[in-house]
Amino acid sequence: MIEKTVAELSAALRARKISSVELTQTFLDRIARFNESLNAFITVCEESALVEAEAADAARVSGDDRPLLGIPLAHKDIFCSRGVLTSCGSKMLHNFIAPYDARVVELFKEAGTVMLGKTNMDEFAMGSSNETSHYGPVRNPWDNRRVPGGSSGGSAAAVAADLCAMATGTDTGGSIRQPAAFCGITGFKPSYGRVSRWGMIAFASSLDQAGPLCKSAEDAALMMNVMAGLDDKDSTSIDRPVPDYSAHLGDSLKGLKIGIPRQHFAEGLSADVEQSIRDGLKQFESLGARIMDIDLPNNHLSVSAYYVVAPAEASANLSRYDGVRYGYRCDNPVDLEDMYKRSRSEGFGDEVKRRILVGTYALSAGYYDAYYRKAQKIRRLIKQDFSRAFQDVDVIIGPTSPHKAFELGAKSDPVAMYLEDIYTIAVNLAGLPAISIPAGLANSLPVGMHIVGQDFDEARVLNVAHQFQLATNWHRHKPSLQSGEA
Amino acid sequence: MALDKSEVEKIAQLARLHISEADVGEVTQRITDILDLINEMQAVDTEQVEPLAHPLDVIQRLRADSVTETDQRDTLQQLAPEAEDGLYLVPKVIE
Repeated sequence: MIEKTVAELSAALRARKISSVELTQTFLDRIARFNESLNAFITVCEESALVEAEAADAARVSGDDRPLLGIPLAHKDIFCSRGVLTSCGSKMLHNFIAPYDARVVELFKEAGTVMLGKTNMDEFAMGSSNETSHYGPVRNPWDNRRVPGGSSGGSAAAVAADLCAMATGTDTGGSIRQPAAFCGITGFKPSYGRVSRWGMIAFASSLDQAGPLCKSAEDAALMMNVMAGLDDKDSTSIDRPVPDYSAHLGDSLKGLKIGIPRQHFAEGLSADVEQSIRDGLKQFESLGARIMDIDLPNNHLSVSAYYVVAPAEASANLSRYDGVRYGYRCDNPVDLEDMYKRSRSEGFGDEVKRRILVGTYALSAGYYDAYYRKAQKIRRLIKQDFSRAFQDVDVIIGPTSPHKAFELGAKSDPVAMYLEDIYTIAVNLAGLPAISIPAGLANSLPVGMHIVGQDFDEARVLNVAHQFQLATNWHRHKPSLQSGEA
Repeated sequence: MALDKSEVEKIAQLARLHISEADVGEVTQRITDILDLINEMQAVDTEQVEPLAHPLDVIQRLRADSVTETDQRDTLQQLAPEAEDGLYLVPKVIE
C-alpha cells in the first residue's frame, strides 16, 4: 500500500479498503524504521497525525469525499506549522515553535490531509545537497553514501523511501526539481506567485516558490489543486483564476512542439544522463510530439546573476535574526552589538554566512549598480530568451541536473556546488513553471527530466509529464532501502 | 577580482557577523571565488536593457488600510529569549 500514488490511495480510502488511521500508522512505522538512517525528518508528529487521521476517517463516514482527505503528507521544515518546531534546518531556529500556520500548511489542513512531520533541508534552503542542515545530512534512499539533492532533500528522500505519500517543498534555484531528480520522484515548481509564500520562511523573495514533491504528475496536479491561488497576505501572489489541474492531464500530445535547448546538451552533461533524456524524447515523438532545437543564449549567465540576486535578497531577509524576538541568542552578551554579532555568528552555518556576506557586499554603497542592478538586467535577458523560445514551442525539455546524485562530501567547493543548478536556475529567474520527472536509471541511480512551461501554463506541464508517465514506468521504480532495520 | 581581509571585515560588520581571526583568510578566499563566478556577467553589454525586479513585472497590490490582526503579544513574546511586562529585554544600551 505504501508505494501507491496519492491518486491510488485516495481511491482506496474512498472505497473503504483502508482507513486513514491504518495508513497513517503504516507510514509512522516506516518512519520509525528508516528515518534513523535516512535522516529525512527533523520532527515526527506521531500523536497529532493519528488524531488528524481519526478526524479524517470520521469526516469520511459523514460523507466527506474530497480527494486528499486522510492522505498522510510531510511538510518541508521551512513552512510554519502552529505548535510544531519550524527550524528551517538552522541552529538559529532550533527552538522556534511556530505561532501560526503557513498558508500552504493551512490549505492542506483544510483539505483534510494528515501531517506526519517536518522534513530536513539545507539550512535556510541554501544548498543543493542537504549537507548544510544543522540537523545533519539526509541520505539518498537509492544509495546511502550519496546526497538526496537539496534543498528539499528531506521531502524528496521521504517520498522516494515511501515514508509519506506526498510532501511539500520550496524551489528558489532548483530546490524541488534537483532533489526530485536525484531521488527518482516527481517534483514541480509552479510559476512565481501561483502559491502563497505566507508563513514560508523567506530566502530570496523574488525567486522562492512552494510546490509538490510526489510520486506522479497526476499527484502533483492533485496537490496543486489544493496549494494554488491568491492570498491577500502575500502581496506577490497572483490574482488569476486557478484551473482544475487534473482536468487536462489526459490531453493528447499530438502536435505538441517540444524545444530542446542546445545549451542544455553541451559540455558538462554526463553521457548516461544525456542518453536517458534522449530516449525520453523519442518516447515523446512516438506520442506525436515534434522535437526542435532551440537556443537559450544567455543560460550560462544564470548562475552568475542568481548568485547576486539570491544572496542580496537573503542578506536583507535574514537581517531579522538578531536574537531579540525569537530564535537563538548567544550566552552572556556584553552589549547589544555583541549580542547581534555572536547570536548571528553562532546561529548561522558557514554557507548561510557566506551568502549573507556576498549579498551585503553586492548591496553595499558603490556596488549596487555593478552587482544587483546588473544582475537584474541579465535577468531580463534570460526572461527574453524564454519568451523568444516560446514563440515556437509549447514546452522546453532537457536534463534536470548535469549528472546523477553525487557522494556526500564530493562538492566541498561552494562554486562547484552552485554550478549543480545550471539547468534549473534560469527558470526561477524567469518565474516559469517546471517539473522534474524520472526518466531513466543509470548505474541504478535515477535520472530526472526537466519540463519547462510558459508563465502560468502549469496544466500543460503536468499534462506532458503525465502522458510520459502513462507511457513509461520510470516513476514506478523504487530504491531497495539498505539499512535502518529495527 | 580579489577582496582583501579588511574589506571582508567591513562587510561582516555591516552584516553584524563576527569572523574569527583564524577563519578570515578562508572566508576571504571563498568570497573571492564567488565574486569571480558572479563577475562573468560583467562581460555582457546591458546598457540598453531594463532591469527585471519581478519575474512577471507586476505592480504591487495594495490592501485597504484597516486593522485585520488581533493582539497576540503574549503568545508571540513566549518565543523571545527574554521578555518582561510586554517588553523585549536586551543588554543595556544607554548608561
